[in-house]
Amino acid sequence: MSDDTTDTAGTTTTEQASLSGAGSTAGAEPGPSRMLEVAGLSAWYGEARVLTDVSIDVAPGEVVTLVGRNGAGKTTLLRSVMGLHRQTEGTITLDGTDLAKRSADARARAGIGWVPDDRGIYASLTVAENLLLPPVVHADAWPLERVYEFFPVLHERRDFPGTKLSGGEQQMLAMARVLRMGSRLLLLDEPSEGLAPVIVQRIGEIIREIKGQGVGVLLVEQNVTFARAVADRHYLLAQGKVVEHLGNDDFKAREGELLTYLGM
Amino acid sequence: MSEFIQYTLQGLAAGGFYALSALGLAVIFGVLGVVNFSHGACYMLGAVLSAVLLAELNVGFWAALVIVPILMFGFGVLMERLLVRWLLELDPLYNFLLTFGLTLVIVEAVKQRYGVSGLPYQVPAGLGGQVTVGSVNLSVYAIFACLFSVVVCVAVGLLLTKTRIGMIVRAATESPDRTRALGINVGLWVTPVFGFGIALAGLAGVLAAPTRAITAEMGSNFIIILFAVVVIGGLGSILGAVVAGFLVGLVEAYGIAYAPTYAQIVIFVLMAIVVLVRPSGLFGREEVA
Ligand SMILES: Nc1ncnc2c1ncn2[C@@H]1O[C@H](COP(=O)(O)OP(=O)(O)O)[C@@H](O)[C@H]1O
Ligand SMILES: [Mg+2]
Repeated sequence: MSDDTTDTAGTTTTEQASLSGAGSTAGAEPGPSRMLEVAGLSAWYGEARVLTDVSIDVAPGEVVTLVGRNGAGKTTLLRSVMGLHRQTEGTITLDGTDLAKRSADARARAGIGWVPDDRGIYASLTVAENLLLPPVVHADAWPLERVYEFFPVLHERRDFPGTKLSGGEQQMLAMARVLRMGSRLLLLDEPSEGLAPVIVQRIGEIIREIKGQGVGVLLVEQNVTFARAVADRHYLLAQGKVVEHLGNDDFKAREGELLTYLGM
Repeated sequence: MSEFIQYTLQGLAAGGFYALSALGLAVIFGVLGVVNFSHGACYMLGAVLSAVLLAELNVGFWAALVIVPILMFGFGVLMERLLVRWLLELDPLYNFLLTFGLTLVIVEAVKQRYGVSGLPYQVPAGLGGQVTVGSVNLSVYAIFACLFSVVVCVAVGLLLTKTRIGMIVRAATESPDRTRALGINVGLWVTPVFGFGIALAGLAGVLAAPTRAITAEMGSNFIIILFAVVVIGGLGSILGAVVAGFLVGLVEAYGIAYAPTYAQIVIFVLMAIVVLVRPSGLFGREEVA
């Protein structure tokens, strides 16, 4: 049923207008010092515009989600922040520094840690090598012992090829890798997708743990239950535009409405 | 029986030339995504340089074994910096065509300078003649060339699997973008990897010099067989390149010995069979496109 309302551009616009009206950002004040600030970002693939004037921010120790349907542009937004998608306009700053001229590897060394939607585990590297590949970029980086203590399974399987792990274990490895690196801002692309509830719960624990260390998290999620369990604020993305910006309380209060809107 | 053993040795020696060159082709393809058509010409340059060093500077085989790969490394670095680099962002076909054109230039230049007849080169002192093992006479040089190739392949294998540089090269081979996003400046490794790949082709050329006619055209057939090697081993697989190199050397030697009319075809029949049974090659990762 909800598909009917998004089929034509006309009805979509009305829907967006109604959703973004009524002072909905009241409960979503940004943190005092912003770590990541994306301002007026647009992105293209060739002629096709997939992000339009997106502005979001994340403060240290804050978990912020990007929620939206498939194809809304969430992955493109993360890749643009990482510096892997270059066909963009607008500004992206990290701790006040403009990232425009920085390559992806320089951004990673400046503290951005990316956990891609396919987890990005190397088949030709062992589990231990997957962990040790990136350089340590911050003094708060987890030492290998701590990583192994927190993820005993990675210690057990340390000499296995990375892709011999199960999906859940690969997700742990991808998270562990950016923790070992000491990234200050994590970009997590649908970490809970396709995983068993107990593993999703574990990922929640990890997110809370690093939040306590002042790490900022930009979390792409379609699992609304999981999103509201871990996050402080939420941006709702539709067809490449931010249509809602909600504090967690508002998000919970309007969950039913949002689920319908997302078509979930 | 003794003939069979001799053919096997010849095949393994020739296979060593293929294995070393294919290894170079594989690391270049892995890290840069470039199919280097000029690899055969670089192999030829390795052999020609050995002959020229001997004739004009009286530099012998053992010194050439060290000097020529270093010169070829430098040649590779120049080639990457001056030409290949500018096309990396474009469709890989551009670099394939560039290196194809470069091949024509290199071959013509060598013809202009050294003519079309073969340059002379002898088997180095101490490696000539035959040894008798049981009742079989074996060429000392073939044994040497074969062992030397194996040692170099193993050394490169250790470099790739046991060192941090090797780890980075393996990671970049799998996914340059993802590796960049993990804080590694992949661009920094592109030039040395290209030079290294070219140096391996040059090294194969030095090893081949005492056993082949050294002409400007000697790389033309070589590169075609090298492509077959890479397809059989699995494009992008480093172990595959080495194993398939030796395998193709063997098949070619048996072909020449037992079915001379079909010698050129046997390798491509082997390639067709491998592709039919395992499209991604013997050691290639099966990818879902
Ligand atoms: N490599 C690409 N080339 C062209 N279009 C793309 C590419 N990747 C994604 N898109 C398009 O961009 C839009 C946003 O995609 P994406 O960022 O992956 O969305 P999400 O992560 O929210 O599902 C979609 O319409 C998708 O089809
Ligand atoms: Mg996505």
